[in-house]
Amino acid sequence: MRAGLILVVLALGLLAAMLVGSVVGPYRIPPGEVLRTLVAPVTGTPASPTTDTILFQIRLPRVLAAALVGGALAAAGASYQTLFRNPLVSPDILGVSAGAGFGAVLGILLSLPVIAIQGLGFVTGLITVVVVYALARALRSQNEVLVLVLAGIVVGALAGAGISLVKILADPYNQLPAITFWLLGSLSGIKVSDAWSVAPPIIVGLVPLVLLRWRIGVLSLGDDEARALGVNVAFVRGVVIAAATLITAAAVSISGVIGWIGLMIPHMVRPLVGPRYDRVLPASVLMGAAFLVLVDTLARSAARIEIPLGLLTALIGAPIFVWLLARGRRVWS
Amino acid sequence: MIVTGNLAIGYGTAQVAGGIDLSVAQGEILCLLGPNGAGKTTLFKTLLGLIPALGGKVEINGIPVDTLSRAALARAVAYVPQAQVMEFAYTVLDLVLMGRTAHLGPFAAPGAVDHDRARAAIDELGILHLSDREANRISGGQRQLALIARALAQDAPMMVMDEPTASLDLGNRFLVLSRVQALRDRGFGVVFSTHDPDQARELATRVAVISGGRLAAYGTPDETLTAATLSEVHGVPVALERTDTGRTVIAPARPAS
Repeated sequence: MRAGLILVVLALGLLAAMLVGSVVGPYRIPPGEVLRTLVAPVTGTPASPTTDTILFQIRLPRVLAAALVGGALAAAGASYQTLFRNPLVSPDILGVSAGAGFGAVLGILLSLPVIAIQGLGFVTGLITVVVVYALARALRSQNEVLVLVLAGIVVGALAGAGISLVKILADPYNQLPAITFWLLGSLSGIKVSDAWSVAPPIIVGLVPLVLLRWRIGVLSLGDDEARALGVNVAFVRGVVIAAATLITAAAVSISGVIGWIGLMIPHMVRPLVGPRYDRVLPASVLMGAAFLVLVDTLARSAARIEIPLGLLTALIGAPIFVWLLARGRRVWS
Repeated sequence: MIVTGNLAIGYGTAQVAGGIDLSVAQGEILCLLGPNGAGKTTLFKTLLGLIPALGGKVEINGIPVDTLSRAALARAVAYVPQAQVMEFAYTVLDLVLMGRTAHLGPFAAPGAVDHDRARAAIDELGILHLSDREANRISGGQRQLALIARALAQDAPMMVMDEPTASLDLGNRFLVLSRVQALRDRGFGVVFSTHDPDQARELATRVAVISGGRLAAYGTPDETLTAATLSEVHGVPVALERTDTGRTVIAPARPAS
């Protein structure tokens, strides 16, 4: 069972990445001490209070948030690529990132508290996709998928215009840098409560994707074939869109817009486990999580200032993607 | 068994053809002929419940097709599309396993029983050695056989095949046709569309010719594949000629000289 073995390796890789993320930082905590501090509540051996505070209050919440966001974006990307039968699709295909971005920058403009900014981003992300879906339904075309994607582009462009408007209105010394930073993606300032608030929607979104994994994979053959094979296409497609939107909106709401992961990770996974969605999904979650944990570690430790995550994922993602393309169509087909 | 009664087919409100009465039972091959655009594919989609009938009825084993669930329909009728290159690099085994979908619980993935069933179906089509090959990287004929294996793994007594020999070379065409005959001999009912009247004559229990928005001819090959019918349907003069071995072949009519 080669695919099973690879999943185990990827899971171990994620744990290793999380250990690295816990060790590295301005205050270096040796791996052994990380592990000792982690098990301290169980063993009863008290750890150093400084290590305890840094690990549990600062570093672990950020590592967990990075893992959640990375896994979520990769899962959404893998799902949309299968659903739309197009390997160049990413989680923001239906405008969720632009919609969430608009809500969040509006929150920054209105000087709302952080939790409200995140909440507003989450809600506008969801609303955007509902509008896109309703628009596609109202247009009643023979080619439902094409109309859906085009409606996503239209509404996404509108949200993008809204973001530009907010940037023009924003205070250039105070709010504009915050907006720009948010649009480039960052996990700085993540608190324990953020990791807790983002986990439930991501898990709620992942559950139906995992449960329907086989039928979602069959959808990749196209609507007619999937129906003839016994799949209720409209229902499964609706579930995938709702779940992937929930996941993406939740992730974007705490991390800002981070590109490339949803597009690239499924491509890196397919040569390992094959194109079957029931294998691509778990493998993407594990690899996406490990990838963003490592990228975020780099973002907060490579330079004196925090590097925006979107910059790093683009810098790392673009060459990797070119390399994948150069390996030939085999990557996806 | 698939039965249609006074069936009208089309998209939305645009009728493509009407008044279609035909039936196919297990152990029979119904060949569907007609010029491009006559409605062969539309009829298939209607038989499979993929688009609603504009009038009349389609019944599968006596049950109206629009009252069956997707899964129940898939367990009764399997669809063999034309083999095309797919977006994802599924292996032959992956592809055939998808034929098991209608037999799986909503949250299940194929288990050991389904793998056995899929392998048996691949073996029956004589392509077991291709199981782990990428379905996009085998010949068109082999890919068509893989799709027939998928229909076999679906365990449906009826199969609907959309021009399974189109764009195949001669060797692959004969291979696919012999497999289709073997399926009929095993008791499967097959609806099979083709552009080749000779193929229909070779295979069919009955032939249905769709043309000009109606069922232009329906009956045994000898009743339907006449020079008159074929000339009228295709708009070119057609002659039937008998070979020395007693076969009938269709050829352009030579102008009288």
